[in-house]
Amino acid sequence: MMRRLASAEFAVSSLIKATGYSAILFIVLIFIFLLREGAPAVLEIPIRDLLGSRWYPIEGYFGLLPLIGGTVLVTIGATLVAVPLGLSTAIYIAEVAPRWLREVLKPVVEVLAGLPSVMLGFLGIIALAPYIRRALDIPTGLSAFTGAILLGAMAIPTVVSVAEDALDAVPRTYREAAKALGATEWQIIWRVTLPAARSGVLTAIMLGIGRVIGETMAVMMVTGNAPVIPNGLTALFRPTRTMTATIAAEMGEVATGSVHYHALFLIGIVLFMISLIINLTGARFVFRQRTRAERILS
Amino acid sequence: MPRVLPSSKPFLVVTLLLGLLLSGCSTGSGDPSIGATDIIVNKGSDTIVNLALAWAEAYKVAEPQVDIAVTGGGSGTGIAALINGTVDVANASRQIKPEERASAEGNGIEPNEFVIARDAIAIVVNPSNPVNELSISQLSDIYSGKIDNWSELGGEDRPIVRLSRESNSGTHVYFLEQVLRKGDKEDKTLFSPDTLLLPSSEGIISEVRENPNAIGYDGLGYVTNEVKVIAVARDASNPHVLPSVQTVNSAEYPISRDLYMYTAGEPTGPILAYLEWIFRPEAQTIVSDLGFVPALP
Repeated sequence: MMRRLASAEFAVSSLIKATGYSAILFIVLIFIFLLREGAPAVLEIPIRDLLGSRWYPIEGYFGLLPLIGGTVLVTIGATLVAVPLGLSTAIYIAEVAPRWLREVLKPVVEVLAGLPSVMLGFLGIIALAPYIRRALDIPTGLSAFTGAILLGAMAIPTVVSVAEDALDAVPRTYREAAKALGATEWQIIWRVTLPAARSGVLTAIMLGIGRVIGETMAVMMVTGNAPVIPNGLTALFRPTRTMTATIAAEMGEVATGSVHYHALFLIGIVLFMISLIINLTGARFVFRQRTRAERILS
Repeated sequence: MPRVLPSSKPFLVVTLLLGLLLSGCSTGSGDPSIGATDIIVNKGSDTIVNLALAWAEAYKVAEPQVDIAVTGGGSGTGIAALINGTVDVANASRQIKPEERASAEGNGIEPNEFVIARDAIAIVVNPSNPVNELSISQLSDIYSGKIDNWSELGGEDRPIVRLSRESNSGTHVYFLEQVLRKGDKEDKTLFSPDTLLLPSSEGIISEVRENPNAIGYDGLGYVTNEVKVIAVARDASNPHVLPSVQTVNSAEYPISRDLYMYTAGEPTGPILAYLEWIFRPEAQTIVSDLGFVPALP
């Protein structure tokens, strides 16, 4: 009897272990595949050309800087939209809103998170871009700014949902203790609840940024896709081309194994590295903040 | 996590699969070819996709046992699929490049070319733009970035927003060679880097319709009456001409080109029958109905 139980437990626990490790295995396999397809580009294209200012692959121009610049520009813009709005919404839902409103708002936000990006891109072309062109009096509404607003709006539900869960998980006793010490509601939110939920809130921001960097369809539809290196603040109001849009727009045309094909996979590697760095920095922050928060609150 | 999606252009890709239910009605005939369904996979140029769809529908009526699956994606996409052996017929609005032919031959595929129709590329602007005519060299200067404001062309004091198709489009390549470089093979003029590369023909029309600063180019078949077509002159000694079937056939309109279909090797069987049908009058009538110019016999 005991032996049968033990063997069942062994089977279940090794199954769970296998599924756990398989996630790591898949990441490694994806990275190996990207390296195999993308690394030849570094040998085929001189480094000086890869650092050039022009991306026009059908004539052999493979400068990656405009594309990296475009992704960075749109991502920073979208983060500036999504983080303040997302966090304040999460704080409102978790800390301020009455119970009934909270039960309405949370599911609505989660439905928003599931909206297909093509649909939002379509809305962006039809409604947002023309409006932004007229309101800001810029040459065209198909710009990095439009992309940043649209992607920011797409990332907000992710940020709200995860951050709200984290705030909600802070024990009631923390707030009660702070109240007993005479803290105002604002002081409780800013000095107690937010620091205690810091790791979850940072995860929310990381997931939001991840959503923005990886977004392809909507960004391809509204940013105009002109590969220009952004210089200065005005670049935000001009067309730009992101790495994801480049891969999506050009992958269909290339012959397998050509220089252009390898260059597109090289862009994939760069994207992979960027999101890896963001996630690792996020994880380090989360780890450090948790120990500090525990020290303060325990 | 970056999402790397090859060919994620659902709004471009129009897929038509006709009569999948028609298989298996050969009972009692004794001849295995009667009632058997042949599928021809047809992919490529977005310029040709509407024409290819109309042909596929008409051919279904004429030859019910043949199904033609039509997809867009761009000329480069179609030719790449031909090279990789995943299509029977590739549509292209430009000729196959020597390096594409070489890589096809490397895969043991000999691309075979057919000129199936002709197309004019219309230059379009917003209806509120007072500019009515341009020459090829003015167009070249606009798209290469030498002219930046409509006032230099007799228009209002507005910045020029240049719209183009993505570089996988045959229209893009044709425009680069015949307009920006004026047909000169030695000319290395490039599109100005701030040219907007839009992923679809509809994208160009909708931005031109909405934005008084914009200039775009598109196949004549895509032009709607919500945008204004510009009359184009070959050079200073020639008149400005609007694109139409007459001006394309008489070669008066300077920006017109042939449209192609490519097969892997000499076509045989149902593919040959389909290509022969395309050159019959009933198929070439569809060409003019869609705003293209029929292929000269």
